[in-house]
Amino acid sequence: MVEIMANGLARRTLVALVENKPGVLARIASLFRRRGINIASLAVGASEQQDLSRMTFVAEGDPSTVGHIAKHLDKLIEVVDVSDISDQNVVWRELAMVRVKATPDSRPRVIQLANIFRVSIVDVGAEAVTMEITGDTEKIDSMITLMQEFGVEQVMRTGRVAMLRSALSQGGEDGAYSEQQISNIVARAGLDSGSV
Amino acid sequence: MMIKTGGQIVCDALIREGVEVVFGLPGGAILPLYSTLGSYPELRHVLVRHEEGASLAADGYARASGNVGVCMATSGPGATNLITGLATAMMDSAPVVAITGQVGRAAIGSDAFQETDITGATLPVTKHNYLVMDTRDLAATIKEAFHIARSGRPGPVLIDIPRDVQAGEIEFDEAEWDKPVSLRGYNPPTVAEESEVATAAALINEAERPVILAGHGVIISRAYDELRELAENAQIPVVTTMLGISAFPEDHVLSTGFPGMHGMAYASLALDQADLIVNIGGRFDDRITGDTKRFAPNAKKIHIDIDPAELGKNIKVEAPVMGDVRHVLGQLNPQVNKTTHTKWIQHVEQLKADHPSLKIRETDELLGQHVVKAVSDATKGDALVVSGVGQHQMWAAQHYQFKNANSWFSSGGAGTMGYEVPAAMGAQLAHPDKEVWTFAGDGGIQMTLSEFATIAENNLPVKIAILNNNMLGMITQWQDMVFDKNFYANTYTGNPDFVKLADAYGIKALRVTNQDEMEGAIRAARAHDGPFIIDFMIYADENVFPMIPSGQSVAQLIEENL
Repeated sequence: MVEIMANGLARRTLVALVENKPGVLARIASLFRRRGINIASLAVGASEQQDLSRMTFVAEGDPSTVGHIAKHLDKLIEVVDVSDISDQNVVWRELAMVRVKATPDSRPRVIQLANIFRVSIVDVGAEAVTMEITGDTEKIDSMITLMQEFGVEQVMRTGRVAMLRSALSQGGEDGAYSEQQISNIVARAGLDSGSV
Repeated sequence: MMIKTGGQIVCDALIREGVEVVFGLPGGAILPLYSTLGSYPELRHVLVRHEEGASLAADGYARASGNVGVCMATSGPGATNLITGLATAMMDSAPVVAITGQVGRAAIGSDAFQETDITGATLPVTKHNYLVMDTRDLAATIKEAFHIARSGRPGPVLIDIPRDVQAGEIEFDEAEWDKPVSLRGYNPPTVAEESEVATAAALINEAERPVILAGHGVIISRAYDELRELAENAQIPVVTTMLGISAFPEDHVLSTGFPGMHGMAYASLALDQADLIVNIGGRFDDRITGDTKRFAPNAKKIHIDIDPAELGKNIKVEAPVMGDVRHVLGQLNPQVNKTTHTKWIQHVEQLKADHPSLKIRETDELLGQHVVKAVSDATKGDALVVSGVGQHQMWAAQHYQFKNANSWFSSGGAGTMGYEVPAAMGAQLAHPDKEVWTFAGDGGIQMTLSEFATIAENNLPVKIAILNNNMLGMITQWQDMVFDKNFYANTYTGNPDFVKLADAYGIKALRVTNQDEMEGAIRAARAHDGPFIIDFMIYADENVFPMIPSGQSVAQLIEENL
């Protein structure tokens, strides 16, 4: 999905397979900067192939420039493969850790809200709890907004990781899921619809 | 197995890559390599006076020869001085390999004497670069670097080698040379998808007013015959880009000049009125398109390019064709119908007649245009021609009538003033037997005239024509026409006497102040067996026409009042 933001800039999601060598990230960052594109989020980690890392970028910029960035990235010698998956059927997630003020009085409500959002509490202190949220950007955003009532002390987000869906047969002809299919899947998996 | 130093491996590798000439200037961090270089007489080292001269000469050598140009410099300021030449090569797709010395491995990152992070600094102006941290990696790295520089869309590659890696001794296995280059992330295309070619052929076959826009890619892939076959077969007028000049003979009846900001009016108008533009190895640069929304609005576009990132980058194209120009034209030509386009050709001929962009106004003054035309006539369009950047560059591009393929070398994308002298050096070394003329401005020549010494030392018979108006001519023109005559920092009141300066370098020179002296001076320069400088004192109050101001369209075309 290409997101067009309020300021007219476009947001696209790209996945790249890159050689795991020193300086690769600098090359990529230099390219984004040179073409006037902002990296809204970046997640890097080992891939299933030795010596190759996989990166997920959320790139933000002028719609025509940002639509072209995958081709520029692909020209970098150490970028083995890159796809702009914005228009494709992907599943994507982001992880956030949020430390929220929680006094003995407010703690039950904080935990109750966390449970509704299927968020795990990973640390409980005398004055705060830390929760781990996995989902899409909107889910994490709304969770953080909700928690502001109690006081958000610190937020740490990973940025988006994305993968093409393999189960195309479950989708329609264009690979997209209908509303009905989505709600079925949500019900089956017991998921919050915001996270699909 | 034998023991070899890093320096020996570098020299062996260069010879294996077919390198004959290296432009460089030594310094502390590259001395281990230089201590080896002297024992390799196969490698001619041309000692420049400034490293920018080395990288620009390597660029000129590369363009003129079609082989990789090589330059060398030391760490720190030596390496940073190369950058302008690398940016020039990057923008115009010239294959260059730069080898720089670096401080010893242990000192990297410590802000050591003459330490600069040159791989970091050259990220945006190289196709790729390397910091080699192990002598054992040198052979494979250099092989890879040359492969990347010359294949696909060519470009500059920099190899940074710490001094202890150059000095390091290893047991070297000669079988190392035979290992093939394998790069998972780099597979430049050659042939195009048949479906893309078929789409392009269909568009050409149904077009009524087609124009070919031939770019630098035609020259890089040496597709002159294929281009000519396409043009003649389907009778399509050929406009070249400024860097595409000499891809198509200019005395050919289908030759229609170059378009854009200072191109021929009839070339810009032909593109504007076309119903199909076949862009072959060009990149729809802003100097050609002006306002992209108003560029050739009624034309469908075919874009043939080896670089997928160029397809659709600046202009929306109906038929992108990704592949090497020569291969693609080889696929395309058999599918293009033989036809005449008589009405359209007649119309383009009428445009040429109605818009005589190359007509020089009547005057007794000595104009830059006169000089270029006189050199063109004297050399019968056979010389290799280099230029700097500015008014003289546009006059050279307009008024020299190029007969031979790949005979025009100019910094198009980067617009590097100072290109003229070092690049001419490179072109002359690539073709020792050919006549090389370089047109220079009095501004640009002062940026790299330290290379007069290199030219004199090597007795390179380059003919340097300075079109001297004692000012930055193009700056003056823009201040005149675009900035409301707000002239500032445009005149050079302290120019040296270039004839005396040439004499100081031991280079023969003449000054020409009027039209009558022009031909005699050109004859003297051509007759002299060695470098020659002519200081042409041209009329200063002259603007380059035609002109389409930046970001405008043919609707704003300004033609000279003849």
